[in-house]
Amino acid sequence: MFAYIVKRLGLAVLVALAVSMIAFLLLRLSGDPAVALAGEGARQVDIELIRQTYGFDRPLVVQYAAWLWQTLQGELGQSVYFKTEVGPLIFSKLPTTLLLGFSALLFALLISIPLGVLAAIYKNSWIDRLCLATAVIGQALPNFFFALLLIMLFSIWLRVLPVSGSGTWLHFVMPTVALGYYVAPAFMRLTRAGMIEVLGADYIRTARAKGLPPSRVIFKHALRNAVVPVVALSAVQLGFLLGGSVVIETIFALDGLGYLAYQSITFKDYPVMQVIVLLLAVIYVLLTLASDIANAWLDPRIRVA
Amino acid sequence: MSTTTPANEALAFADSAPLFAGVPDPVWRHRALVVGGGLLLAIVLMALLAPFLTPHDPYAQDLLHRTVPPFWSEKGSWLHPLGTDPLGRDYLSRVLYGARISLLIGISVALISGLIGTTMGMLAGYVGGKTDMVVTFVVTTRLSMPVILVALATVATIGGSLWVVIIVLGLLKWDRFAVVMRSATQQVRALDYVAAAQAAGASMPRVLLGEVLPNVMPHLIVVATLEAASAILLEAALSFLGLGVQPPLPSWGLMISEAKAYMFFSFWLIAIPGTALALLIFSINLAGDGLHDLLAPEGRAGT
Repeated sequence: MFAYIVKRLGLAVLVALAVSMIAFLLLRLSGDPAVALAGEGARQVDIELIRQTYGFDRPLVVQYAAWLWQTLQGELGQSVYFKTEVGPLIFSKLPTTLLLGFSALLFALLISIPLGVLAAIYKNSWIDRLCLATAVIGQALPNFFFALLLIMLFSIWLRVLPVSGSGTWLHFVMPTVALGYYVAPAFMRLTRAGMIEVLGADYIRTARAKGLPPSRVIFKHALRNAVVPVVALSAVQLGFLLGGSVVIETIFALDGLGYLAYQSITFKDYPVMQVIVLLLAVIYVLLTLASDIANAWLDPRIRVA
Repeated sequence: MSTTTPANEALAFADSAPLFAGVPDPVWRHRALVVGGGLLLAIVLMALLAPFLTPHDPYAQDLLHRTVPPFWSEKGSWLHPLGTDPLGRDYLSRVLYGARISLLIGISVALISGLIGTTMGMLAGYVGGKTDMVVTFVVTTRLSMPVILVALATVATIGGSLWVVIIVLGLLKWDRFAVVMRSATQQVRALDYVAAAQAAGASMPRVLLGEVLPNVMPHLIVVATLEAASAILLEAALSFLGLGVQPPLPSWGLMISEAKAYMFFSFWLIAIPGTALALLIFSINLAGDGLHDLLAPEGRAGT
């Protein structure tokens, strides 16, 4: 187990380093940073001066090392568009996006696990077919189109939910649904497939033969084992949801990291963009690390190997 | 020696979890393939035959007939069955020509990313050892960056166009191919006919292309359908955000974006391309699911 954790941790650090290189190159590929900093109509002399002051004339490797060192110390630079420190700017938006991500994940799990269990118990019945049909249709609906449908229904016709903004919890209802429904079908399929497999296992037959009530067999004995892959997938999907928040937050003008990412991309605010890519990647790496260790803990085949 | 992570595996399995596992009724399985495949075929035909199905040019503006509602509305007419957009362009033509863009995106991205991912996955699964570790590392790195964010940033930097979107998505979306092909190759590698080919002195490319590839093909086809659908959705999302295919091309995502301002009074401007997009994705996914169950009857979940 210890060796596994060390190995997995090593991989996480390497991945984080690789992403930091890509994020760094992203900034450099976007053009000469000295020209960008000097602003429009700057003289060649000024550009040269900025290049020397900021060290853009040094080899790329040296610049990367210096940038990484600064980033690790929390010096994330200045936003070109918002004219503020990147660090505080991003961390003021992070809670909104984390809240959205987690509530979307929760929403997805709350609808998909019961439906998956139901479909598995009533395998092949019309209930099963209905659940499957819902999953296939859900996966076919583009999230931005679904978001617009929600706005049309709840904000324009029924007038019960605000169209955009992030003031109250009501502002989070539609974004949560619009972001979460899309990952629900994957969870449902996984739960259903896992439950069908587990329900056919010997220990379930034993539990039933002992005369345990069916609800106890299903929830205590079967579901516990069937949801193990769902846990692993949750971490991956949360990362996906954080990426998807770019589209959803932009539609609902929800003031989080996704909307900031969209703004920084349209305004070519590379320092902000760079840190968001890096931050989302680090969050994803940590999530998968946690999920892999949790899985190893749950699954002795990994724990021992 | 396995360096794969459960998270990676879960991802590979997630969308390809057999939809109809445990459904013994072969009619139902085939129905998915027939309905999905049939619908897809219809969409492909409509896209190809677009010039014959509608007399209007999808780019021709007619400022005297702007935002004409579709035929089911009282003010609609059969001259423009799906109405016209705010620039007076025939909406049916734009939707039909838009199908070409979506199909082109889906096929091209699946081909590019399929080539990259399959090569990586098969090498990792067949050679193992260090190669496997390197591939797993590259895949994990790629997965840690949200596709939509990297694609948006790249397109914003180099400028959006149809081919830029295709190449950017093709270079980003090989991860699932790599993960699935890797584990499929690992399973096939140990089989007798591979050992026989090796013993007969076949070179590695020959074993991979001649023995391994045909036997992992079912997985490859299923992943390709999933990735094509996902690429179409991503293009639509990028174009919706204004950083994908550029006007005046009739990309469905772009059409929805252009119609956003008219959503209060002319919701059909959004509903029509949105429904077209959903139908296309629905047909591809259903056909993919049907193929999955048809090609791999042993399905991972058993019965």
